[in-house]
Amino acid sequence: MNAMVGETYFRRLVVFYIPLFLFVFAMLFPFAWMLITSIKPDAELYNPRISPFIVREPTLEHWESLFGTTLFIRWAVNTLWVAIASTAVSLFAGVLAGYALSRLVFRGSTMFGIMIFVTYLVPPTLLFIPLTGVVTWMGLQDTTWSLIFTYPTFLVPFCTWLLMGYFQTIPKELEECARIDGATRLQAMSKIVLPLAVPGILSAGIFAFTLSWNEFLYALVFIHSPETKTIPVGVTSELIKGDVFFWGALMAGALFGSVPVAIVYSFFVEHYVSGMTGAVKG
Amino acid sequence: MAQILLKNLRKTYDETEAVRGINLDIDHNEFVVLVGPSGCGKTTTLRMIAGLEEITGGEIFIGERLINNVPPRDRDIAMVFQNYALYPHMTVEQNMSFGLRLRKVAKAEIERRVKHAADILNIGELLERRPKQLSGGQRQRVAMGRAIVRNPEAFLFDEPLSNLDAKLRVQMRTEIKKIHQRVQTTVVYVTHDQVEAMTLADRIVVMNHGIIEQVGSPQEMYEAPKTRFVAGFIGSPAMNFVPCRIVERGAALGVRLSGDITLDLSAEQSKRYRGYLDKEMVFGIRPEHITERRQHTNENQLDFGCTVEVLEPMGIDTMVFMDIEGVEVTARAAPKAVSNPGETMMFTIDMNNTHLIDPKTDKVV
Repeated sequence: MNAMVGETYFRRLVVFYIPLFLFVFAMLFPFAWMLITSIKPDAELYNPRISPFIVREPTLEHWESLFGTTLFIRWAVNTLWVAIASTAVSLFAGVLAGYALSRLVFRGSTMFGIMIFVTYLVPPTLLFIPLTGVVTWMGLQDTTWSLIFTYPTFLVPFCTWLLMGYFQTIPKELEECARIDGATRLQAMSKIVLPLAVPGILSAGIFAFTLSWNEFLYALVFIHSPETKTIPVGVTSELIKGDVFFWGALMAGALFGSVPVAIVYSFFVEHYVSGMTGAVKG
Repeated sequence: MAQILLKNLRKTYDETEAVRGINLDIDHNEFVVLVGPSGCGKTTTLRMIAGLEEITGGEIFIGERLINNVPPRDRDIAMVFQNYALYPHMTVEQNMSFGLRLRKVAKAEIERRVKHAADILNIGELLERRPKQLSGGQRQRVAMGRAIVRNPEAFLFDEPLSNLDAKLRVQMRTEIKKIHQRVQTTVVYVTHDQVEAMTLADRIVVMNHGIIEQVGSPQEMYEAPKTRFVAGFIGSPAMNFVPCRIVERGAALGVRLSGDITLDLSAEQSKRYRGYLDKEMVFGIRPEHITERRQHTNENQLDFGCTVEVLEPMGIDTMVFMDIEGVEVTARAAPKAVSNPGETMMFTIDMNNTHLIDPKTDKVV
């Protein structure tokens, strides 16, 4: 960001640095809180006389209890598997549906697009009841497959809509030109449109991955055995016993559950921004 | 390299008819320009030839082949789009070779053809760049290069110059003409700019409301327009149209433009227009055929006087605007010979270059 001519330092402080600081603070505070709580001994944790931000004798006992006494690693593997599989399924369907809805004119194509969006608006809190029936009927209850099959119910509409918008920003002349140059429709899509849509596909993928990584309700309803649980459900069900909260281990679980996603985000942040703002120029 | 034949070609979108029955025969290596105002169906026609638009009715032949149901990639044509449609993720070289690579042409052959096209277009040093790093004129060249390497039966151009600034447009226009002279091939070129049509075309096709108004060489279009639309569309500044009445002038006929101005028609014209005696007609004449009073070079030149309203100096000529019965009429006079606004000026009009239009049919009679 370059300073405009005549812009004073004070003005930049008010309109830029202070809002930026507040934003960064609000974003990073939860991570700091999780870290501090997870390395504090219980004696300090429950002592109201000590400032909550200071750790006097850092300890790894909560980390040890998380990795030693719970199935956290198993949960992490489950979560990763479910997130990757459901994202892959949803992206595949979303790319094809988004392409079709943005490019092909067929009877009822607009209606179809709207209906997909409406599906996305149906809240999971309503949907989980009938879905429980479906999962049971398919004999998938208490398996990670139940999640891989149900997450696309909200991921596919989401990916389709995001990608539909992105495909529309790619000039259709590029494809027409490719088809005159000798490409079939499928070749025009795979050699011209898809390479140009990579930022959009990446953002849809990251979004879908995060949504399934964090998903709580379906995982809570469809999974019972500790060894099939995902991180959000595992941590909250195994580290809260009745009204006893194991805060240190809980926060360690939250920390290790959220950091990988943050890392994935930071890797793709550039693609991600251009995916959201949609910019293909000739 | 091939003939293109359009037979009673039609296109309808839902309720609207974009193209309403077009018949056109384009010859080997001919440069044909489809020209007309926006919405006249010229681009739709081109897109039907390319195969990007379904054909509602009629037939298209390229060479001997009926191509109504042939997909675009098998029609052996190349198209240059208005926005150039260069593939942004490929270098210039990859853009140009894309079609050949799809057809699995040998590598050495691809290299040879790309180099050949790059030489013609003078873009040899740009081959490694990406479209984003090119100027408008360079992109235009690359788009043409992509067409040339394919060595297709026909080139289709869809308003290729309208994204360029005025100066570059004139340059590229000449360039396109030069390239056509070097790379002999059939060209169908769509534009809304009549100057482009005049300068480039072997034959011009003027379209309006989905039909062809007239087909002919640029000179024919200029000298002998068949309809009021063509008369007004071709030529700049545009032809003057003045409502008039055909009256008797002794043995011959005359055109009465106003109470003061009645122009005598030649014996030949009088014979031709006899049937329109006493009818309300429209008199058409180009500004360049009304000049300051000059020595007559043929017996069909007449003089008349009129009050000057506005002057527009163009350098080589000055445009003189006058008012005849509420209709603005433009004349093209030598800068030194014009009178000041408000004064009466004498003009010479060349009756050999006038057109009489029947307002009921808008046809030139």
